[in-house]
Amino acid sequence: MRKGCSKFFLEDERQFERWNDSAIKSLKAEFKLFKDVVVLSLMHPWERDARLLKKALKKGPPHYNVIVEIACTRSSDQLLGARKAYHSLFDRSIEEDLASHVKGSERKLLVALVSAYRYEGPKVKEDAAKSEAKALLNAIKNNNGDQKKKAMEEDEVIWILTTRSKPHLKVVYEQYKKISAKTITEDLEVELLLKETVECLCTPQTYFTRVFDTALREDAKEDAKKALTRLVATQEDVDLKGIAAKFEDKIKERVKGAYKDVLLGVLADDRK
Amino acid sequence: MNDIATLRIFMVFVCTCNTAIWPELFKGWRLEKFLNSEENRKSNEAVVVQKDKCHESCVIQKEIKEEEAMATLTVPTTVPSVSEDCEQLRKAFSGWGTNECLIIDILGHRNAEQRNLIRKTYAETYGEDLLKALDKELSNDFERLVLLWALDPAERDALLANEATKRWTSSNQVLMEIACTRSANQLLHARQAYHARYKKSLEEDVAHHTTGDFRKLLLPLVSSYRYEGEEVNMTLAKTEAKLLHEKISDKAYSDDDVIRVLATRSKAQINATLNHYKNEYGNDINKDLKADPKDEFLALLRSTVKCLVYPEKYFEKVLRLAINRRGTDEGALTRVVCTRAEVDLKIIADEYQRRNSVPLTRAIVKDTHGDYEKFLLVLAGHVEN
Repeated sequence: MRKGCSKFFLEDERQFERWNDSAIKSLKAEFKLFKDVVVLSLMHPWERDARLLKKALKKGPPHYNVIVEIACTRSSDQLLGARKAYHSLFDRSIEEDLASHVKGSERKLLVALVSAYRYEGPKVKEDAAKSEAKALLNAIKNNNGDQKKKAMEEDEVIWILTTRSKPHLKVVYEQYKKISAKTITEDLEVELLLKETVECLCTPQTYFTRVFDTALREDAKEDAKKALTRLVATQEDVDLKGIAAKFEDKIKERVKGAYKDVLLGVLADDRK
Repeated sequence: MNDIATLRIFMVFVCTCNTAIWPELFKGWRLEKFLNSEENRKSNEAVVVQKDKCHESCVIQKEIKEEEAMATLTVPTTVPSVSEDCEQLRKAFSGWGTNECLIIDILGHRNAEQRNLIRKTYAETYGEDLLKALDKELSNDFERLVLLWALDPAERDALLANEATKRWTSSNQVLMEIACTRSANQLLHARQAYHARYKKSLEEDVAHHTTGDFRKLLLPLVSSYRYEGEEVNMTLAKTEAKLLHEKISDKAYSDDDVIRVLATRSKAQINATLNHYKNEYGNDINKDLKADPKDEFLALLRSTVKCLVYPEKYFEKVLRLAINRRGTDEGALTRVVCTRAEVDLKIIADEYQRRNSVPLTRAIVKDTHGDYEKFLLVLAGHVEN
């Protein structure tokens, strides 16, 4: 490995005093991502999710999308396991903590998302899906003008998105497309958290693609890269493979070291 | 036995002018529909306790020990083998009429685990679901009591909750009762049983069939998975007591914060908060919530508080109202006895005696009769003198 980074170290020795710190810093940053992936992958998924939730809550509103991601992309039993782990780790329930620490308009939505225990079977009610698509459309259109109440605070919206099963919501998504010119996610550009909720529940592939894209850009920020790390460590390879394949070139170009191997490993057939 | 069924239907049509019959009628139909769905389901392996974390299995052990002390159910020290029980039950059904005494003697003295085993073995031995056989043989209040009793507690809760969301038998009270008086894991198992039976989630149905403030309260209650530890944060209790007092003084009863405290905090924490409320502001919170006696939402809110901190008082009141009024509310009586016999009926009975100066068993004898009365007494731990 030293040989691979020899150029790096040469620079180091030539300007020993001045570059030492920054070199170490970039090395650390390099390995931090790798370390994160490893630590996340090795922890029990329930504990991992519980810790991720706690951290996101602590960090505040810009990180609430992590809560949405976990609550919406896990299966009912995985989310339940995370809630149990949270009890054991922090002596409180996740609902309590969310309900008392989230102050803004997203509180109702987040608490409800995290409390969900969705039915997982394929059975779907077409008629209910149609009327619910309409209700969502009304809620979104009505609130685009009125700045006081957002769509994510509407009780109808919340209970549809947090109690219905995922297959049912996918049908609602399709029905919405029929009655509105755009998809729900397009209409929700203004309310990012709600948009991500719908994405994760109905079209998770879109969400994953966006995370990959943002993280592999030239000017990608820390958080974006962390998001990618989190995805890679927590989602099933099967779900990510197709997307990772599209970004293969960018991965080879932009990412270095062991972390690159991890990302490319998602593409390989026999990981783990 | 088909004669009895036809006779039952005939009697029902004759009595259609009596609207009080309708809820009972639908309850019967609901039970039958439930029984039919049994054919599609796997056996009780569907409701499995996840013992992944040591914490949880410790909690379950604690639950079982505590419950045994407060239950009224008596199980003989030497229990006959499961196959013997099944044989006896089969005998009780055969021939003309039914030997109700035998049914009461066996099922009335078996705990949930034993009953589950009996049902499984009966189905394997005779190729028929025990509940179906019972449904064919029995009728009315006695039948409902036996059928509800024979169910696994999680399935029973799922059935009661489902009934409570249907139009003719809707009951916000029952939903709240199930959500608040069960432990976090019991509520969870009920929700899992609901998935298995009805192919949808309890939360969906509650969201769909309740409205307004009731939905605002019931949906979080039913979705809760409370922390079960005894740890209490006194500073938090003070803050939240103050918050509750403010909201109640402003008559903001369905405020988000009020619901948040009641639906997410652990029972121990809520208890501490309400104690502090009383210390600081003089009144019990329920006294302050009596502002408008006709307001149904306030009534539900008061019952919620009761269920969370002293459920035995809540159940005592339900029983008192069910037994002492003119006519008996068999539905409520059956429900309370069935769901608490293995949990804390003893404490409830003590509370009943304290409040009404009459033992619960005597009140039951006075107000009910026949096999229904007999089975209730057996479940309530009454010993023949």
